Amino acid sequence: MAKKNANTGKGKQKLSLQLLWKQRYLLMMSLPFVIWLIIFKYIPLWGWTMAFQEVKPATFAIPIWERAFTGFGNFAKAFGDRLFKQTMINTIGISIIDIGIGTIVAIAFAVLLNEMQFIKFKKLTQTISYLPHFVSWVIIASIAKNIFNDGGVIDTLTNSNLHLMSTNSILIWFVIVIINCWKEMGWNAIIYLSSMAGIDPGLYEAAKMDGANRWQRIWHITLPGIRSTIIVLLIMNIGGALNVGMERQMLLSNALVQDHTMVLSWFSYERGIGTGDYGLGTAIGVFQSVVGLALLLIANKIAGMVGEDKLI
Amino acid sequence: MIAKKKTWFDVVLVLFFIVIVIITLYPFLNVLAISLNDATDTLRNINFVIPRKFTLSNYKYVFQDADIIKPFFLSVVKTVVGTLAGVVCTAMLAYTLSRRDFIFHKPFTILFVVTMYVSGGLIPEYLLIMRTLRLGNNFMVYILPGLIWVYNMILVRSFIDGLPTALQEAAKLDGANDFQIWYKVVMPLCTPVIATIALYYAVGQWNSFMDTYLYAKKLPTLQYKLYEIMSQAQMQLDTHSTSNVTQAVTPMAIRMAVTVVATVPIIVVYPFLQKYFVGGMTVGSVKD
Repeated sequence: MAKKNANTGKGKQKLSLQLLWKQRYLLMMSLPFVIWLIIFKYIPLWGWTMAFQEVKPATFAIPIWERAFTGFGNFAKAFGDRLFKQTMINTIGISIIDIGIGTIVAIAFAVLLNEMQFIKFKKLTQTISYLPHFVSWVIIASIAKNIFNDGGVIDTLTNSNLHLMSTNSILIWFVIVIINCWKEMGWNAIIYLSSMAGIDPGLYEAAKMDGANRWQRIWHITLPGIRSTIIVLLIMNIGGALNVGMERQMLLSNALVQDHTMVLSWFSYERGIGTGDYGLGTAIGVFQSVVGLALLLIANKIAGMVGEDKLI
Repeated sequence: MIAKKKTWFDVVLVLFFIVIVIITLYPFLNVLAISLNDATDTLRNINFVIPRKFTLSNYKYVFQDADIIKPFFLSVVKTVVGTLAGVVCTAMLAYTLSRRDFIFHKPFTILFVVTMYVSGGLIPEYLLIMRTLRLGNNFMVYILPGLIWVYNMILVRSFIDGLPTALQEAAKLDGANDFQIWYKVVMPLCTPVIATIALYYAVGQWNSFMDTYLYAKKLPTLQYKLYEIMSQAQMQLDTHSTSNVTQAVTPMAIRMAVTVVATVPIIVVYPFLQKYFVGGMTVGSVKD
């Protein structure tokens, strides 16, 4: 190891006691954190083996090497769970509308903001737009209750009973996605806006000379200019499609709509920690990661096939 | 520059963004108004942004209730300690990894960066923290597991990489050791990036909810308390005799007051936030 890494610094260095002594302060300033890293990040990685074992509180005292290996038993149990099918449908459904609506709204917001001529108002709007991003999901959930609950702001304004957060149907998917859009739209637009700032202004000048109107300039210059950014973000979002966060789902849910808000990460928590079947919970988590990786690779491949820049 | 000629389109755009601003701010103003409104009056309907019957009794109630005071201070302590510890540790580590002559520069960097892409997942982490380390309901569970965010470390490291090395070398010639170089020479130059990561840590700590939910329900933070208030479907109308509050306080009013208390710190640091956060978003690439 020493030789391989020795030539990365200035000149050639060999691992020796002398050198270690010379760099003792650097070692003291980094080694504790490496130990921290191994404990908190690498030991849990090893925990993946639990997916292939039966691990319950009763068997917890048994050392890992003596636990019964169950092969893919935990996975079979997960797929056979009465909640599994609905959980998968929810996860994929929410992800698709989340990515679809979220991306379109963020791009539209960025494009329109980019067209704004009044610089001061533009800055003010942008500053206000990402305020909700910094507010916690608990607070957002508390606010959302005022707006969407029965007898809330929307019900009062429309003078009706829409049951937006109390209908046991996929309506709740859209409510969650709309809340998410409201929270993240301005923040997600930042990256598109910075990508637009990199477009050569000469292109707009030339298009104007040729008589292109505003829509044509947006369509033929702005959007193609941010195309690679859109593709990269889409690939990343598709890779994370199964990782719908438990925190948001749980906080925006309630007993009435839980059938349609349960997602994989939450399911893993419910089965793993809620009922104490750690092996099963881990298996669900492993399934989520492996399928996520596969989705990422597929999306990346498709992007490459249609002639776009690949992410990896 | 393109000659500026305002068209009807510009007017429509301005109107459109005024609507966006209203949609963004309305829910916050609504919460604020309800928290400052007489609780029984609120029961009529809730879509107002100016208090109809102004009162501070909701806040009075909330701040006389020990159930809220303790979580509030715990949130403050957690945020301060977590931010200080996070910033010091991150900056120290980032400096050692910015030193290309450090013998472990490369392996240590790789070890840290790998964890940005793979993680053990919820259950193994839960078992590690609760069973192996026995940190459940211990204050350290708020600090230790999330001590260093690798992303922040890379931000600081890229910043140090961009500093001139002449100062460090001069300090070395004057006989300073690596630790002294770090805190006497490098740190004072790092103020902007330190401000950025301090805000990241502070907002993360203040807003975090899952850590309490998973590991420390007996040490509730303000966010968790708000969650509890939300999930208690039927909290009785309370006319606390000790609190000298004559008017009734409803669960709704309590929830709104706590929501405001939990949001205010974010609004206060927001001007700094948006200056440093957005800057930090575009830096941070992993070099070699």
